[in-house]
Amino acid sequence: MSAAKLVHMANQIADFFRSQPDEAAVAGIAEHIRSFWAPVMRRDMYAHVDAGGQGLDPLARRGVERMRGDDPAARAAES
Amino acid sequence: MSLVRETDYGTPLRESGAPVTLVIDGASVTVPQGTSVMAAAMTLGTQIPKLCATDSLEAFGSCRLCLVEIEGRRGAPASCTTPVENGMVVRTQTTRLADLRRGVMELYISDHPLDCLTCSANGDCELQDMAGAVGLRDVRYGQDGAQHRTVAKDESNPYFTFDSSKCIVCSRCVRACEDVQGTFALTIDGRGLGSLVATGGPDFLGSECVSCGACVQACPTATLNEKSVIEMGTPTKSVLTTCAYCGVGCSFRAEMQGDKVVRMVPSKEGKANEGHSCVKGRFAWGYATHKDRITKPMIRAKTTDEWREVSWEEAFAHAASEFRRIQGAYGRDAIGGITSSRCTNEETFLVQKLIRAGFGNNNVDTCARVCHSPTGYGLKTAFGTSAGTQDFESVERSDVIMVIGANPTDAHPVFASRMKKRLRDGARLIVVDPRRIDLVRSAHVEADYHLPLKPGTNVAMINALAHVVVTEGLIDEAFVRERCDLEDFQVWARFIAQERNSPEATQELTGVPAQDVRAAARLYATGGNAAIYYGLGVTEHSQGSTMVMGMANLAMATGNLGRDGVGVNPLRGQNNVQGACDMGSFPHEFSGYRHVSDDATRDMFESLWGVPLSSEPGLRIPNMLDQAVEGRFKGLYVQGEDIAQSDPDTKHVTNGLANMECVIVQDLFLNETAKYAHVFFPGSSFLEKDGTFTNAERRISRVRKAMAPLAGLADWEVTIRFAEALGVRMHYDHPAQIMDEIAYLTPTFAGVSYRKLDELGSVQWPCNAQAPEGTPIMHVDRFVRGKGKFMVTEFVASDERTGPRFPLILTTGRILSQYNVGVQTQRTSNNVWHGEDVLEIHPFDAEQRGVREGDLVSLQSRSGDVSLHAHVSERMQPGVVYTTFHHARTGANVVTTDYSDWATNCPEYKVTAVQVQKTNRWSDWQEQDRASGDLMRRISRGAANAAE
Ligand code: SF4
Ligand code: SF4
Ligand code: SF4
Ligand code: FES
Repeated sequence: MSAAKLVHMANQIADFFRSQPDEAAVAGIAEHIRSFWAPVMRRDMYAHVDAGGQGLDPLARRGVERMRGDDPAARAAES
Repeated sequence: MSLVRETDYGTPLRESGAPVTLVIDGASVTVPQGTSVMAAAMTLGTQIPKLCATDSLEAFGSCRLCLVEIEGRRGAPASCTTPVENGMVVRTQTTRLADLRRGVMELYISDHPLDCLTCSANGDCELQDMAGAVGLRDVRYGQDGAQHRTVAKDESNPYFTFDSSKCIVCSRCVRACEDVQGTFALTIDGRGLGSLVATGGPDFLGSECVSCGACVQACPTATLNEKSVIEMGTPTKSVLTTCAYCGVGCSFRAEMQGDKVVRMVPSKEGKANEGHSCVKGRFAWGYATHKDRITKPMIRAKTTDEWREVSWEEAFAHAASEFRRIQGAYGRDAIGGITSSRCTNEETFLVQKLIRAGFGNNNVDTCARVCHSPTGYGLKTAFGTSAGTQDFESVERSDVIMVIGANPTDAHPVFASRMKKRLRDGARLIVVDPRRIDLVRSAHVEADYHLPLKPGTNVAMINALAHVVVTEGLIDEAFVRERCDLEDFQVWARFIAQERNSPEATQELTGVPAQDVRAAARLYATGGNAAIYYGLGVTEHSQGSTMVMGMANLAMATGNLGRDGVGVNPLRGQNNVQGACDMGSFPHEFSGYRHVSDDATRDMFESLWGVPLSSEPGLRIPNMLDQAVEGRFKGLYVQGEDIAQSDPDTKHVTNGLANMECVIVQDLFLNETAKYAHVFFPGSSFLEKDGTFTNAERRISRVRKAMAPLAGLADWEVTIRFAEALGVRMHYDHPAQIMDEIAYLTPTFAGVSYRKLDELGSVQWPCNAQAPEGTPIMHVDRFVRGKGKFMVTEFVASDERTGPRFPLILTTGRILSQYNVGVQTQRTSNNVWHGEDVLEIHPFDAEQRGVREGDLVSLQSRSGDVSLHAHVSERMQPGVVYTTFHHARTGANVVTTDYSDWATNCPEYKVTAVQVQKTNRWSDWQEQDRASGDLMRRISRGAANAAE
């Protein structure tokens, strides 16, 4: 999906979790995206992060990276 | 199925009250205190003659036909106005009473035309029945209806007539309009024999009347009579079913002659409506047999080709081979489907089953995406379940009602009537809405506080209300300590107490004076049972889910949950939107709101369905469209939803649809989405099938087949046959079996069966071993998730901002007479009330732009522009304009944007930055749409034969 759209969505999610303590916010973002985004959207997001992650809010980015660790979709993207 | 007439007890039955025992005609009877002698007699099966009484209304005591004798009392009191007393001995039939009653009847008949044989109410007239019951044989005077004969019939309402010559001035209609509907459109003018029912306008259509039908229902004579009855004659059989329009879920008897509907009559047994109705369910059912109905399956190679009618077999085979081809070429995830909130639970369940088990992915979504998906997310997070907390009846015990972003008198009219009744009886009202909706001030109802906030500032407002509660010590500490997660509460309370959340700090943002917010918060927190009712004005925002959590926070903090009269209650839009969500229509969860990654749940489905299921969330509707625009999503099965009209940013939607290789639309009509379809499966109306709908109070009610499907197959059968063509075995002989499968797989539905629904009439989920008769009120002793969860709800402004190019905010909504995208209501006479979408604009904004009432104006946003007529209205606040999206030719959603709720992608319909200018032409999109619309809807009938 278009990187701009995914970035906008991820940043909105980060905006909601931002008011929570740092660790909870990162985990909350990761869990939210993992629960609601189809694998293709997550893969496109990883690809965007790998390409520099332009526009991605730093907190959102940490959430995405947290999620990536144990996401099978991430491995599919690499293979 | 013979014609069922509901018993009329004459006066309302009392539910509670100390038992009172009396003797009527020698038989002893015990009824609750407050019951009338008339109703008590009826519980024994004794109908005391009556004219001015009916059990939907409190007794009035004007006709004097219901006289009885009571031992120890002088004279003959009216049984309708006499309450029962212990030890009373009543006689309903004596020679003296018979004489008295005959005398009364004689007077009535003397002023009534005696054309019974040709009267439209012949056989369905209480005056006629009573004349028979009292043995009237002679009439000494008049006999020609002299008093009222000269008054012309009022036929202005499209659905019923008012023939004053037949009026007996019993005032049942006037009282129905006041007590049941709450509109106060009718009065009795004049005195004595010269008195007449008057509408306060030139005629019914030109009056305050909203055509709910309550007066027609209450009228004992042919004075107020349905035009369909006048035309067709009285019905001969009835089928009990559920309205297919809005989320109130009113129960109706479809009264029929053979397979033709004569009228729809609201059922008193229906717990959602208790005998009331609105103009849509009561009268706007003609679409079901409208000539535009498509009754043959059709296919075409390209959307610019003419449609070709084919057999069902060919349509299924073609659709299946296309979907399999697409999956072969583009991958398993390149197709998906949309379930319908208008179809039954059983049909919705089958569509998501087909997608998960047959398509092999979770690309299933439903139109709740665009309305109440934030409700699901927010309430599940806070309380543990995705549904409203109360039954409708609960409002009768509310002391404070807070209506947020909802317009119940238009969108949920029958529930609004209940709410207005409670308000007239003294409940206080807070309205949080940018517009001055009718509830703010209407007949005998006035809001204590109207907080007219700027669109997009809901969260700032709910935080400010909560700030007052927290900082002024209005927390229900016992409730919070016992019922909620304390740690979350403390984090939340610290956040909300910050000065930046105060009414003073947020008034700049919301535009609402701080003192009003403070006063409203105090009233909500201290006024007794306080209930929140909300609608799409809450959910359809980029912070929709946050706002739902914000309301949950406020209700928990004040202890307004878990009993009658309180709660957080979404007013659901479509008839079965609650059900569609319950049935697993979302891409991330199975029925009963269980995530697809939950192994135990998935195992259960896999072993019953015999196929492996994906543990990954699928694409949501906007994601599917985005993928389609990018060429990665190629096939869509849409059952009963018109995304090309209802979803935001029309051009983006239609670009997505146009990029697909096989779009299958299953619908009653060739709707806007069907212009982009390659396969059309004709759908069936609610009258043509069996099933269930679940309303906004989680009430599951039966839909019963009243006529055969016009296209030969009901929607559930279409899905089964399509699934079989795809090689997925689905075997059900009747929707009851589908419900059995739902019950087996879904813990909250475990106790639901058609047999139970037939026994109880309806049932509210959760219905299972713990609650075999269902659950009217949720979270009574504990929340479904255990402890209630407070969430920090930081206000974040929408990215949709006004600026020099687009200085106004557009917000969209709906009105009473039209329903959603209008494909049904626009095929009825409801168009007399709303023939086109108009733009409501405040006089100040209008004047600045030189716009006058009725001018054609261009409405522009960064997404697109459309033209429509202006309505200058002080209901709007300056800076905010409003329109509806009922008419495809307007294309209001060309203007709305693709911004959406952060958690659920529910579109932000309620906030679009726009400009308004006078114009003298339709927009380019409108012109093109009209031209291409005709082209894309051509049907070549008989082409199949010609080709052979
Ligand atoms: S139809 Fe309804 S609103 Fe109209 S006059 Fe009758 S009761 Fe009142
Ligand atoms: S119109 Fe019907 S209900 Fe109304 S006063 Fe006349 S007879 Fe009674
Ligand atoms: S209130 Fe809703 S369910 Fe009831 S009749 Fe009207 S449209 Fe139908
Ligand atoms: S029915 Fe009792 S007075 Fe009319």
